[in-house]
Amino acid sequence: MNLDEALHTFVVEARELLQNMEESLLDIERGMADDDAINAIFRAAHTIKGSAGLFGLDFVVEFTHIAENVLDMVRSGELKMDGAMTALMLQVCDHLNLLVECVAREALPEAADASSGKALTDCLMQYLGSYKAAAMPVESEARVESLGGGVESGCWHISLRFGKDVLRYGMDPLSFIRYLGKMGRIVSIHILTDGVPRLSEIDPESCYLGFEISFESDADKAAIEGVFEFVREDCRIGILPPHSKIGEYLALIRELPEDEMRLGDILVECGTLTAGELEEALKIQNAGEPRPIGEVLVEQSMVQAPVVEAALEKQKQVRESRNSENSLIRVDSAKLDQLINLVGELIIVGSSASLIAQKAAMGELLEVTSTMSRMVEEVRDTALSLRMVQIGATFNRFQRVVRDVSRELGKDIRLVISGAETELDKTVVEKIGDPLTHLVRNSMDHGIESAPVREARGKPAQGTLKLNAYHDSGSIVIEVSDDGGGLNREKILKKAVEKGLVQPDAELSDKEIYQLIFEAGFSTADAVSNLSGRGVGMDVVRRNIQDLRGTIELESREGMGTTTKIRLPLTLSIIDGFLVGVGTSSYVIPLDMVVECIELDAAERESGDNGYINLRGEVLPFVRLRELFEVEGMASIRQNVVVVQYAGQRAGFVVDTLEGELQTVIKPLGRVFGGVRGIGGFTILGSGEVALILDVQRLVQQATDRELGNNALPEIASERKR
Amino acid sequence: MKIAKQHIAVEGEMTISRALELKEALLPACIDGADLEIDLSGVTEIDASGLQLMMALKLESIVRNMQLSFTGHSAAVQEALELSDLAGFFGDPMLITTH
Repeated sequence: MNLDEALHTFVVEARELLQNMEESLLDIERGMADDDAINAIFRAAHTIKGSAGLFGLDFVVEFTHIAENVLDMVRSGELKMDGAMTALMLQVCDHLNLLVECVAREALPEAADASSGKALTDCLMQYLGSYKAAAMPVESEARVESLGGGVESGCWHISLRFGKDVLRYGMDPLSFIRYLGKMGRIVSIHILTDGVPRLSEIDPESCYLGFEISFESDADKAAIEGVFEFVREDCRIGILPPHSKIGEYLALIRELPEDEMRLGDILVECGTLTAGELEEALKIQNAGEPRPIGEVLVEQSMVQAPVVEAALEKQKQVRESRNSENSLIRVDSAKLDQLINLVGELIIVGSSASLIAQKAAMGELLEVTSTMSRMVEEVRDTALSLRMVQIGATFNRFQRVVRDVSRELGKDIRLVISGAETELDKTVVEKIGDPLTHLVRNSMDHGIESAPVREARGKPAQGTLKLNAYHDSGSIVIEVSDDGGGLNREKILKKAVEKGLVQPDAELSDKEIYQLIFEAGFSTADAVSNLSGRGVGMDVVRRNIQDLRGTIELESREGMGTTTKIRLPLTLSIIDGFLVGVGTSSYVIPLDMVVECIELDAAERESGDNGYINLRGEVLPFVRLRELFEVEGMASIRQNVVVVQYAGQRAGFVVDTLEGELQTVIKPLGRVFGGVRGIGGFTILGSGEVALILDVQRLVQQATDRELGNNALPEIASERKR
Repeated sequence: MKIAKQHIAVEGEMTISRALELKEALLPACIDGADLEIDLSGVTEIDASGLQLMMALKLESIVRNMQLSFTGHSAAVQEALELSDLAGFFGDPMLITTH
């Protein structure tokens, strides 16, 4: 692992830790505080500081160090985790995020960020300062007491024997020493050269070094141990507090691999022991029978309670991280993309093979190809599921948004999350964040009323915002709902007429009116606020969603609230398709959307020009693909209708032949065809021919909008002219 | 037989990523009784593996009865030697710069 990779890992881990820290802080703020949450916050800060120290990221270490001290006091109950503290820590968290992003960009923080960091540091120092002043005398008292029987030196003694592979793991012993130097003063250091072989025998990538360090610091044992946290497993580390008893040094000497006399000399050299003390120590050692070190430690009550605690916690942590390491691996998403591309190609080749098998009419070959295509299907599903992530992480991020925005607006709003375990494609998750943020902010700003208004309307003072996700016929639906005032139908209509978006005499359904909100430059907010109301945004939201081949719609009841439904395809690259033929052309309809296939009977074919058929008593609008795509040649005698459904609306496509199911790799249309409506992409059939994939959503919309006649929405009207 | 004095200048990093390479470069210069001068002025970065190599070379020179001197310690080398208190081990004169 080279340094760049290690640094990248640091950034990734730090981001995750900060995410956890933020979640825990928000939990605490919502009154779900427990010791676990506080410990988690402390651990996050502690780990970030530790790893930042390894990379020499001083600006991160300095800032985190102060925050960690304050957190430590919270943890030990000296400070309270009250509202002010949580708010401060959230800011600390933000600032750390900023610093970590600086690291990711390999830049130093900008001046503005540095000054905000300074302001935060000052706030933190106030906490520390008030505590220090009060606690100082107690501390010195305790120290006096511990003097008895100890050696003269007031320094910590640290023995380090680095493991052979430390360097190979990308860790530099010198950087630990440097970091140690930041926690106090290195009084003297003795590097053990005995282990180093001569040049002709050395393995230059192994580490042969050991250090004996005399160290002066106010830090406690746990903190000093923390410095070496990352090498603890590979190294032999002995830490003796100042004024330890001579027996403890003896134990240390006994434990280390080097010659005892020599070690004794080194301890004297470091100034840890005086010559007299060493002599006494050796005398004790010779006189007493050897005893296990643990016994000595317990007897002399050397092991401090916090140290034991830290050790236990550390063990637990290691176990936990081991477990998750076992079940998770990080994979570059580019590799996954490549895999899915390859699977796509495999599907095309596979269907080509089964086509040949059919032509050749060889029973055995047919059997093999059908087994193969089943396997390929499974490979496809597995490969796609690799890209699937739960939406929960994205939802949880909104806890913070809701908290911040509700403070900003002075409203009390609660976020309720459901369906967090719903999975969807990672690329979709990445792109859904911005539009969701906009919707959430919008709901909070315009949707949910202020507390007095809510009470006047007989609603609980606390507003509720819900985020929900679920799967529905091959798509995922994400809902943002609020229990606010709902949309004002009349107001929207009036505004739309004002803006010339609809004719004054238009007859529009509620749904169509709500949809007007997504038109560019539309805003009904009376006041333009910081958050929303500028009329930019909702149209951008819709465009973002449409780029993901999704749709967005609103449901609203006045006085009761609004629900925004975003409907997205599960995946962006491969679908199960239904192949149909018109003349010599082939078209693919996404199978999830196909409801049924019926024959277009003669009577309806005659009267079909009005664009509707009677489907078991229901009016079903339909589109003749032959006309739509201007396919040449006469319609065949038998014609079929494929009934499709999208977002609750049904329509029929009239086609010549039904070819059956087919796995389809969606290939995007080139830029030149960007303006073509009704086609979502294309695919290559096993025969090598090209089939167009229908954009069912748009076609269904077009078919049903015909009901509106001249009152159609301007956008669609203009589309039809094209 | 008197062997002519050899100069080797180490340029760039003396870190784990180049440890093997540096060892291979230094080893041929270790001949019994040789007079070797290592110029460290071009060293931009040094870690524990670099220090180790310097130590190993020193030990080798003692075994082979060589004259070994490190010269022109760059700032990075000075910092590392100070940190690990190794200047005495090598015993080479160093130019002390103010920080």
